[in-house]
Parts: sequence; structure tokens; C-alpha cells
Amino acid sequence: MAWDWDKLNEQRKGGGGGGGQSGPPRMDEILEKIKGARGKFPGGSWIIIGLIVVLFLGSSCFYTVGVDEVGIVQRFGKYIRTTQPGLSFKLPKGIEKVTKVKVKYVFKEEFGFRTLEAGVRTRYASSSSYDNESLMLTGDLNVAVVPWIVQYRIKNPYDYLFKVNNIRATFRDLAESSMRLIVGDSSINEVISKREEIAIKAAALLQKLLDEAETGIKVVTVEMKKTNVPEPVQSSFNEVNQAVQEKERMIYQAREAYNKVIPAAKGNAEKTIKDAEGYALDRVNRAKGDASRFTERYLAYSKSEDVTRRRLYLEAMEEILPKLGSKYIVDADQKNLLPLLTLGRTEGGIK
Amino acid sequence: MKMKLLIIPLIIIAIAVFSGAYVVNETEQVVITQFGKSIGKAKLQPGLYFKIPVIQQANYFPKNLLEWDGDAGQVPTLDKTFLYVDTFARWKIVDPLMFFQTVNNVTGALARLDDIIDPAVRNFVTSYPLIETVRNSNRELDKFEMGVDRDDEETELGEVTTGRGKITRGIMQQAQPKLKDFGIELVDVQIKRLNYVEQVRKSVYSRMIAERKQIAQKFRSEGEGEARVIEGNRGKELKRITSEAYRTAQEIMGKADAESTLIYAKAYEEGPEFYSFVKSLDVYDKTMDKESSLLLSTDSDFLQYFKGYNPESGGLPQN
Repeated sequence: MAWDWDKLNEQRKGGGGGGGQSGPPRMDEILEKIKGARGKFPGGSWIIIGLIVVLFLGSSCFYTVGVDEVGIVQRFGKYIRTTQPGLSFKLPKGIEKVTKVKVKYVFKEEFGFRTLEAGVRTRYASSSSYDNESLMLTGDLNVAVVPWIVQYRIKNPYDYLFKVNNIRATFRDLAESSMRLIVGDSSINEVISKREEIAIKAAALLQKLLDEAETGIKVVTVEMKKTNVPEPVQSSFNEVNQAVQEKERMIYQAREAYNKVIPAAKGNAEKTIKDAEGYALDRVNRAKGDASRFTERYLAYSKSEDVTRRRLYLEAMEEILPKLGSKYIVDADQKNLLPLLTLGRTEGGIK
Repeated sequence: MKMKLLIIPLIIIAIAVFSGAYVVNETEQVVITQFGKSIGKAKLQPGLYFKIPVIQQANYFPKNLLEWDGDAGQVPTLDKTFLYVDTFARWKIVDPLMFFQTVNNVTGALARLDDIIDPAVRNFVTSYPLIETVRNSNRELDKFEMGVDRDDEETELGEVTTGRGKITRGIMQQAQPKLKDFGIELVDVQIKRLNYVEQVRKSVYSRMIAERKQIAQKFRSEGEGEARVIEGNRGKELKRITSEAYRTAQEIMGKADAESTLIYAKAYEEGPEFYSFVKSLDVYDKTMDKESSLLLSTDSDFLQYFKGYNPESGGLPQN
């Protein structure tokens, strides 16, 4: 369109020649010049009108498509082509119309809560105001609070633009209905502890519904936020968790007591056995010692029995008699021994 | 001037063409009417069309999927639980001519949809027990936490014979034929939200609380029980260990005793007389002390020399 600019420049030189003042010309000045120009060259106004039209058409002939977009071109309302990122040309306004659709961008819809302010510490709107969205009936007829988000992309811009009226509302309705269908077929425990599983199922179901409705939307991910039971019930659920902890604690305590006693008892048992073994060794060794001593002595004794016997006897007496307290010698003829015995007693009594 | 004479009719023609042209968008369909009467077939394809200006009029209708959001209302189920049911439907104008003649526009159509779908939803929800509307399948639920078994609960919920999917399909099938006369096709009816009404919710909450309390109690008593088992094991182990040790010790000692007895016996058997002689002397030595008094007769072996040195009169006997 270089000729356009040339003409424009030419026109500017011709028109702006009488001006010369700086700053943007005012409207009435421009009109003045146009009127003046008409006087100078006949048909000049037609050229100017033509130029304006050409400029107007030219500016609506170019458009840029961003890197994350595609352009959908309609000619007289009818879909003609899809253009890729970059500068593109189309027929002027009124004939062709372009709609840019962000096909790479990942959109997000929140259910059961709203992000007030995203950031390092994201703030959320109080969940109670979105109870209608998040309160759900579970398969075991309990009530759960389920907030979640759906991230999606536009996979088919044609379907996205033309197949469904008010697509965002439809998308939200389908997302809610599919999540409720999955939650309605899960127990409260599953809703709380198996969020991943539910999210995957809900995503699959939602994708199916979206495809059936020809929305052109691709679900990127369904992410469950913190699922819970409704506020009034929460404390009783916590009680269950506490009870679980308590159970573990009781078991551990019992195990502790067990471990405190049993290894010690095992040690003690070992000691008892070792003691017994010691006793046995002692006993047998002593027996063996005693036995061999006896045997040796007996062997010696049997070689000269009489004199050894006498020796042993007398040696023993020699040992024993000095230790004794009182000794009485009685003649063999003496029959009555009693007075002698009392004698010793009275002596002791006096002492 | 000849030029001007030519230009004027041209402009008139151009205006006529322009006002007679109309564009049908991808999302639209058009019915052309002439003085309120429809002319020709509906324009279903997008593109540029022409009509007679002023006399004919283009009536635009959406061609794409439209939504209908039901009026959320309280509906009792067969088992008399009051539910708050919010449904939505998606529909299409399949016969724009008929649509134009019967309901005129989308707003009119939505009113008809209200009249037809709402009662159908009500009919279906009311004629099934709660569980059928809530659940979709008879999928086995993982209801119990770690080892808590409550078989009694299983039967309480009942079997799901219909399920939500079939109920919504039923609603659709009931509503569909009635909408045909309006040139409307009902694509889908779905339950968007389903909740207990406020009063029911409260009693459900207290049920949930009671249920949880019971589970908590179960955990606690399980803990108690297992702790007792461990305690019992501890006592048993303790007794087993000590008694086994005692038994082993006794066995060892008994064996040693027996062995030593045999050893003694074997040795002493050689000279039993000598043994008793030696042992007696030993015992005398051990048992006699200062406290003992000894009365010795002069005819004892020990004192045989005490009365005289003559071996005939005493002395050790010859044994």
C-alpha cells in the first residue's frame, strides 16, 4: 500500500503548504482548507473523500494475531479461515471480520471459592458465600464441602466461538454437574482422602460432556482444593482423627511397657541358666576332685592298713580334743555317770 | 450534467441493494417475513443474503446450543426427604420457522421450557428414593477408615437401581416430545446442584456427628483392646521366659547332681569302710567344739594306755 502513503504525503504537501504553523490543525481549519482546495482544483474534494475511504478500508485490512492466539475470519458472517500468529491481511470491514481467540492461554474457573487477590499469600473470599457451589451430597448421603478449580484451553476455536451460546455459563454448569455426579457416587471419606482420584474422574466426565456439547474446550486439569465436611460437623471428624492417634498411642505405650520388661527378663533367664551351669561344673568338678582324692588315699591306706588307721585316728584326736570344752575321764568300772555330769553343770551355773 | 443524471439512479440502486442485503452469522439462522408472513425457507447457512428492502424483514434466531437454567426448588423424594434441586438444560432451535410461529423468540421459548422441564424434574425426583437421585451407579464406596468395619450400614443405603444418569435421561425423554412442536430440540438435561433443604441438612449434620463419634469410640476401644493384648503377651512372655529358665537351670543342676553322685559312689565303692572311717573323723572334727563335753571311758581305744603301758591290759585291739 505504499502508493497510499505517497498520495497522502503528496496531499499533505499540497494541503499543508498554506499552513506552516506547528501543532495539530483544528477541525475547522481542515474544513477551511478543504473548501479552499476545492476552489483551487475542481474535483479535489472527491480525491480527498476517496483517500479517506481508502485509508479507512486499508487500516481495517491489516491485523496482528498474538503468539498465543489465532484469528478466526468470517466473510459476511460465514467462517472462511483461521490465521496463525503474525501480521495478516483481510478484506475490509463490512466484508470480513476477524475474532482473535487465545488458544494457548490456560483459563481458570473457580468453584466454591474465589481468589480475591493472587500473590505470594493468596487471599480467598470467604467460602461460606459460595456454599451453594461447594456443598455437595455424597454417595453415603452425607454433606461435603468441595471447592475446586478447572483449568482449560480452547482446543477448537471454531466450536468455541460458534457452537455454544454463552459458553462460560455452559462450561460452569457442566463442570458443576460433572463434579456433583462424581461426588454423588463417592463416600465422604473418599471425597476427603482421595481427592486426586475424584479430580481425575471429574475431569474425564467433564471432557466427555464438553465434547458432546461441541464447546471446543479441552480440560487441562481439575484440581480439588481442600475438601472438608461442613463446619458444624468438622469437630466430630477431628475427633475421629484424634481417636486414631489415641489408638496408636495406646498401642505404642503397651509396646513400650513390653519392651521395658521382656529383654530384661530374657537376660535374667540367661543368668539363671548360666548360674545353673556354673553350679553343675562346680558340683561335678568337686565330685571328681573328692573322688580322686579318696581313691588316692585309699590306695595308700590299703598298702599298710593298720598303722595308717591308727595314725589317722590319733591325728584326728589330736586335732579334735584340744578344741573341746570339758573332758571327763571315767574309769571303765564306774557305772553311775550322772553325778559327774551334774558336776559340770553346777560349775557352769556358778560362773 | 449528463454524468449527474447517471449517478443518481446508480446511488438509488446502491442504497436498495445495501438495505436489501443482510448477513447471517455462523451462530444465527434467519426467517424472512413479509408483512408478518414467513416467506421461503429459513436461512440456515451463514453468509450474505438479499431480501426486498422495507417490505421483507429478517428475523434472527440463534443456531448454536442454548442454555436453560431451571428455577431451583424444593422437591420431596419418594422417601420424603426434601431436596433442593437445580437443573439446567441445553437446547437448540432446529426448526426456526416453527419456532418463530409458536414462541416467537428466545424469551418466549425459555418460558415454555420452564413449564415443561420443571414439572418433569419434579415428577422424576419425587418418584424415586433419595439414593437414586444422588448416586449414579452401584459402585462400591470406600466408606470406612482403616479397619473400621460396619457391615450393618451397608444395607441401610439400599441398592441403586436407576441412578442419576437414568433419571436425567428420563426427564429429557419426558420433556422432549412436548418441545418438538416448538421447533426446539432438547439436547441434554442435567442436575447441576442437589442439596438438602436447611432443616434436613441440620438433621443430617447431627447424624454425621453421631456417626463420627461412634467411629471415634470404635478406634479408642480398638486401641485399648490392642494394648491389652500386648499387655497380656507381655505377662505371658515374662512367665514363659522365667519358667523356661528355671526349668533349664533345674535340669542342668539335676544332671550335675546325678553325675557327682555317680562319681562319689564309684570312688567310695572301692572302700566303704575306709570312707566311713575317714568321714567320721572328719565329721568329729567339724562337729566338736568348746561347748561340747567329752566323757571318755578308760577302756576306750583312745585311753587304752592311760591306766598302764602293758599292752595286755589294754591297747588297740587287733582287728
